[in-house]
Amino acid sequence: MKKQSNWSILFKGILLENPVFVLILGTCPTLATSTSVIGALGMGLAAAAVLICSNVIISLLRKVIPDEVRIPCYIVVIAGFVTLVEMFMHAFLPDMYDMLGVYLALITVNCIILGRAEMFAGKNTVGKSALDGIGMGIGFTLALLAMATIREVLGSGTFAGIPVPFLYDNPISVMKEAPGGMMVYGILIAVVNKLTNGKLIKKKSFGCEGCPSAGICSKGTCENTAKEEG
Amino acid sequence: MDFQKFVIILMSSVLVNNYVLRQFLGICPFLGVSKKLNQATGMGISVTLVMLMATAATWPIYTYVLVRFELEYMRTIVFILIIAALVQFTEIVLKKFIPALHKSLGVYLPLITTNCAVLGVTINNINDGYNFVESMVSSLGCGLGFLLAMVLFCGIRSYIDDKVIPESLRGLPVTLIAASFVSLAFFGFNGIVG
Repeated sequence: MKKQSNWSILFKGILLENPVFVLILGTCPTLATSTSVIGALGMGLAAAAVLICSNVIISLLRKVIPDEVRIPCYIVVIAGFVTLVEMFMHAFLPDMYDMLGVYLALITVNCIILGRAEMFAGKNTVGKSALDGIGMGIGFTLALLAMATIREVLGSGTFAGIPVPFLYDNPISVMKEAPGGMMVYGILIAVVNKLTNGKLIKKKSFGCEGCPSAGICSKGTCENTAKEEG
Repeated sequence: MDFQKFVIILMSSVLVNNYVLRQFLGICPFLGVSKKLNQATGMGISVTLVMLMATAATWPIYTYVLVRFELEYMRTIVFILIIAALVQFTEIVLKKFIPALHKSLGVYLPLITTNCAVLGVTINNINDGYNFVESMVSSLGCGLGFLLAMVLFCGIRSYIDDKVIPESLRGLPVTLIAASFVSLAFFGFNGIVG
């Protein structure tokens, strides 16, 4: 693996390898919790906390965990931290806990976290993995905030609960709902594509690269799909 | 008679609260495996089966073990482990005893472990306070809803694929925008279940 400086590891998660817009990971929580800026911030920070902790622990254990059972081990570590975050939120931020609902527990199966464990933390030192977690966490939060800003301003006419003039009286409520989410996400990916002339986004469709299950199914669907696509 | 209640749960989970199109659960396989009709059906059927098995396993364990010993906070860890074990187990059993079925469905099984729709349905059943039979009906509904969304969207995708699309919209963006219209169409089912 080529050598990367610590700064580039930290910053690549924010822009060049943004988990949401470039790596296209963690679609479900991105779409589901970006209806309001506050919710997006909560989700982003919760996922970032889990990501940093799990990256550190998985990196520490990377020489202990046998290769064959690494995915179940990763899932247990991640689920443990998700439970911690859930309990913490339930105790100190009950409103946020109710707002995020089932999606908080679903951080466990968030592709970003498992994906980073598989792609980065399982192969790199503790310090680098922590930096990667911080960068990816910030990148995820910022992407969620960008989506949530568009959807909340257009959909409810507010920004973090503060009314925006004109739009407050004429909200486009479909933006808050499922179709608006998918549309905003699709358009934002297209904008990133356009701005970078299609160079940045390597994954043109959902493939195996970055799929957290790639490790388990290396000889299953992925190869078949690749053959059919090729 | 509870029959009416079952129908309501089933209809609402298939149409009104469709997991993929209304609640964003299981988006990855929805976008990833919906290119070919046989793949889409295979994935949909596998997800339905795993959802049913996962609910059949997690509901009793939550109610009779976790609640009794006041370990409700262990829910997420226990559920994901049960799902992972079940999926692995099913794959082994299918491979050993029904190789034909394993050939058609087996490839999708490993992908399902990390499918948030499966974990989502088990947790939602507990949160909604369903009893065992209601949970099973709701899981069946969610699975069928997933299958329906996959098959519908597969048709739309084959239509998009041979159209000329602006460079930057090609691939994922146009797929997402198409998905948003399918989801908009599902708004028509709002209020179908009172």
